[in-house]
Amino acid sequence: MKKKRKISTADILIAFLLIVCGLMCLIPILNTVAISFSDKTSAAMGRVGLWPINFNVAGYRAILEEKQFFHSFFVSVRRVAAGTALNMSLTILMAYPLSKEPGKFRAKKYYMWIVIFLMMFNGGIVPNFILVKNLNLMDTIWALILPGAVPVFNVILLMNFFKGIPDSLEEAAVIDGANPLQILIKVFLPMSKAALATITLFCIVNHWNAFFDGKIYINSLEKLPLQTYIQSLVVDLNPEQMASMTPKQMSEQMQLSSLTFNSAKVVVSMLPILLIYPFLQKYFVTGIVMGAVKE
Amino acid sequence: MGNKYKKRNVTERYYHLMLLPGMAFLFLFHIVPLGGVVIAFQNFKPVKGIFGSQFVGLDNFRRLFYLPDFWQILENTLLIAVGKIGMGMLMAVVFAVLLNECRSTVLKRLVQTSVYLPHFLSWVILAVMFSNLLSYGGVVNRFLGLFGMEPQMFLVSNKWFRSIAVLGDVWKEFGYNAVVYVAAMTSIDPGLYEAAKIDGANRWDRIWHITIPSILPTIILMMTLNMGQIMNAGFDEIFNLYSPLVYETGDIIDTYVYRVGLTNMQYSFGTAVGLFKSVISFILLAGSYKLADKFAGYRIF
Repeated sequence: MKKKRKISTADILIAFLLIVCGLMCLIPILNTVAISFSDKTSAAMGRVGLWPINFNVAGYRAILEEKQFFHSFFVSVRRVAAGTALNMSLTILMAYPLSKEPGKFRAKKYYMWIVIFLMMFNGGIVPNFILVKNLNLMDTIWALILPGAVPVFNVILLMNFFKGIPDSLEEAAVIDGANPLQILIKVFLPMSKAALATITLFCIVNHWNAFFDGKIYINSLEKLPLQTYIQSLVVDLNPEQMASMTPKQMSEQMQLSSLTFNSAKVVVSMLPILLIYPFLQKYFVTGIVMGAVKE
Repeated sequence: MGNKYKKRNVTERYYHLMLLPGMAFLFLFHIVPLGGVVIAFQNFKPVKGIFGSQFVGLDNFRRLFYLPDFWQILENTLLIAVGKIGMGMLMAVVFAVLLNECRSTVLKRLVQTSVYLPHFLSWVILAVMFSNLLSYGGVVNRFLGLFGMEPQMFLVSNKWFRSIAVLGDVWKEFGYNAVVYVAAMTSIDPGLYEAAKIDGANRWDRIWHITIPSILPTIILMMTLNMGQIMNAGFDEIFNLYSPLVYETGDIIDTYVYRVGLTNMQYSFGTAVGLFKSVISFILLAGSYKLADKFAGYRIF
């Protein structure tokens, strides 16, 4: 039997506050989408709210004509693909031995100390920059992939997940004569699909959203990843720079940095995240709970 | 017996081999740069290299502490970080409680879907959105205009910048941060609420005497872990929102390190400032993990 309670004032208030929270998070996104479909003048005058004014797709058409945007988009795609593949291989290979009891893997604690120490302490950006420079990785996609090859936090997440897999499964495989690598691939990985999905999605999002490494390591325009490219267009335009421009440069820059055009770029650069968002939402709660609240 | 030992050694050899590639990357990209911090104690010149540059002891640090800007930057960093931690936790807990009290599953789903989204968007993108919204003629100013407020230049005003930085981060992360509290609430025994209701407790009493005490350990744990973040005001956000006009209130240690170390190429001084932050952060983090272990039995591994 299901009891039906009456809806009280408190219920309405709670629903209202929740709706406010929800809308608050969507409004900036909807506003940007609306601007991207509006005409330039209305956008520049700030007349666009949540619905486009004088609907048009000029911003998107301009993107289609801009080679640089596509270059950068595919640099980012390549980076996500290669970076995530490397992240995942290393994470899996590290998480498995580290999930073993100290009795089964005597050197574990030394590895653990190193990993934890590195998670808490770093040399800062300047030594990292000098290292990448000395390794001759400047201006290559490897500068965006190799320095972050081991996502330490994800290693710990997956390690904790592996710890929860019953020992009996491993023992059975040992009796069948499987070596640790075979056990990892044939026993542990198939049992960790949700955790692996979570971590893969985290890696994809991280690589897609990263802009700073592109800013300091990449000099050639055609190698810039998308977020760095957008950042350089929109955020870098400060008054000092504008003062030193010729009127022609200025008008070109204004053309480029028109709100409509920029908003269209932002919307397109958001699309991949929006596409994987349903999967993200399905899995990431497991990920956070796995990492944060555990005994 | 002997056979068993041999087997264990073979297994462990596999473990070492599996760790090798990852450890090699960690060595090259994390441990080698730690050696690079010696340039903080040098007058580093790229042409002379680390081994040829002049050793200057603590000069770079002395210079840092005498720099009036530095204390302003430290203050900005701490104020923004503490604001984010405090407001962020408060908002996340309040939101989690609201969600827990909501009886419509559909509404819950919809709201959750929208509040988690900003966490996954980059600050580059969000900065574009914010500058649209917060511009002089933007949506926010028009909305405030309805209440008779003068339009503000939010992002270039020293009066507003820190608040915007804090609110922006709270806005982006509160949904995501609420997840741990929501998870903690799912383990509350529904019988407790039923019993309280029979005893005549109203909704407010139930929140205050059942929900909050049940998630209190999680709240304390999160507070402790956040203590390690006091020096982190959030580089990505500040870097994408600030401009020279708001350096006075908005410049934080990380952005300062970037400007002096990489833009102005004062490698030694930049490294010194970065090292100062790293050391303090390390002490705070280690302390917070220790406390979390002691009081909440929390261990990262």
